[in-house]
Amino acid sequence: MAPLIVAVMPIGLVFGAVAASKGLSSLEVTLMSALVFAGGSQFVAMDIWSHPASWGALGFSALLVNIRHVLMSASIGTKMPAFSGPTKYAAMLLLADEIWAMAETRAAQARLSAAWYAGLAVPFYFVWVLASLAGSVAGAFLGDPKAIGLDFAFPAVFVVLLMGFWKGRETGAVLAASAAAAVLSHQLLPGVWYIAAGAAAGVIATLVIDQRREACA
Amino acid sequence: MTVDPNVFLAILAMAAATVLTRISGLLLIRFVTIGPQQRKALEAIPPAVLMAVIAPTALVTGPAETLAAFATALAATRLPLLASVATGVIVVAVARALIGA
Repeated sequence: MAPLIVAVMPIGLVFGAVAASKGLSSLEVTLMSALVFAGGSQFVAMDIWSHPASWGALGFSALLVNIRHVLMSASIGTKMPAFSGPTKYAAMLLLADEIWAMAETRAAQARLSAAWYAGLAVPFYFVWVLASLAGSVAGAFLGDPKAIGLDFAFPAVFVVLLMGFWKGRETGAVLAASAAAAVLSHQLLPGVWYIAAGAAAGVIATLVIDQRREACA
Repeated sequence: MTVDPNVFLAILAMAAATVLTRISGLLLIRFVTIGPQQRKALEAIPPAVLMAVIAPTALVTGPAETLAAFATALAATRLPLLASVATGVIVVAVARALIGA
C-alpha cells in the first residue's frame, strides 16, 4: 500500500504543475482533484483545455476516459460481500485504477474488507488532492517535468499493474489485441476512443479463444 | 485564489461523469446475472484497459518511452512497485538525454 501512495505523489505533483501551466488557479486544481479524483481523465482534460473551459467537451471526455470504471466497479462489486450497501457505494466513489487493481489482487488472496479498502483508498485520495495542490503552487519552480522523466511515472505505474494480471499465453493474446486496437485508434481517431477500442478488442480476443476451446473440446 | 464559473462548471461535469461510471457497475450487477462467459469477459477487461491506456505511450511516442516501458515491465517481474516505477522514470530520463528526444 505504501508504495502506491508514494507513487501517486509525483503524479499528483506533475498534474498540479501541468494544470497551473494551463492557467488554473490552485483552488481550481484542488477542486478538480477532490471532486473528479481520476488522474487519467484529469490529464486528458489538461490536454484539451480551452479558454473559456467547455463543460460539454470536458464532461464527455471524462465519461469516455472513465467508462472503464463501469466494468471495474461491476467486477470488484462481486467481490464485496463483506461490505454493507451504503459502504459499497461509498467505496465506489474512491475507485481509481490503482485502488481497483490492488483490491482485485487482494480479493484473489483474501476476503476483501471495508477496513482494508478504506486504509488503502482514503490516504491515496488525500495524497492525490494535496500533491495536486502542492504541484500547482510549486509549478513554476519544478521546471519541465519531462526533463527528469517524471511524466513517465504515470505510464510506469500502469505497466507494473498490468504485469500483475499476467496469467500465461491467453493474457498475451488479450494484450496483443488491445495494444493493436488502441494504437490504431489512437493514430486514426481524435480524443480518447482508443481506450474503449483497446478494451473491446481485448474482450473479443478472450471470447474468441474461449469459443475455439469449446469447439475443440 | 479564484474559481472561474466556467471552470467550476467543467469540473462539476467531469465529476458527474466520473461518479456515474463508478456507480453504474454496481447497479449493473444488481440487475444482470453474471455467468461464466460474462465473468471471462469481465476478467479480460482490466489487462485490456491497462494495455490500451499505455499502448500509445509505450509503442508510438518514441524510442525512449518504448525502452522505458519494456524496462519497467522487466523490472516488475523482480522488483516491488516503487522500484519498478523508479526504473522506468530513470530509463526514460537517461534515454531522452542520450537520444535527444
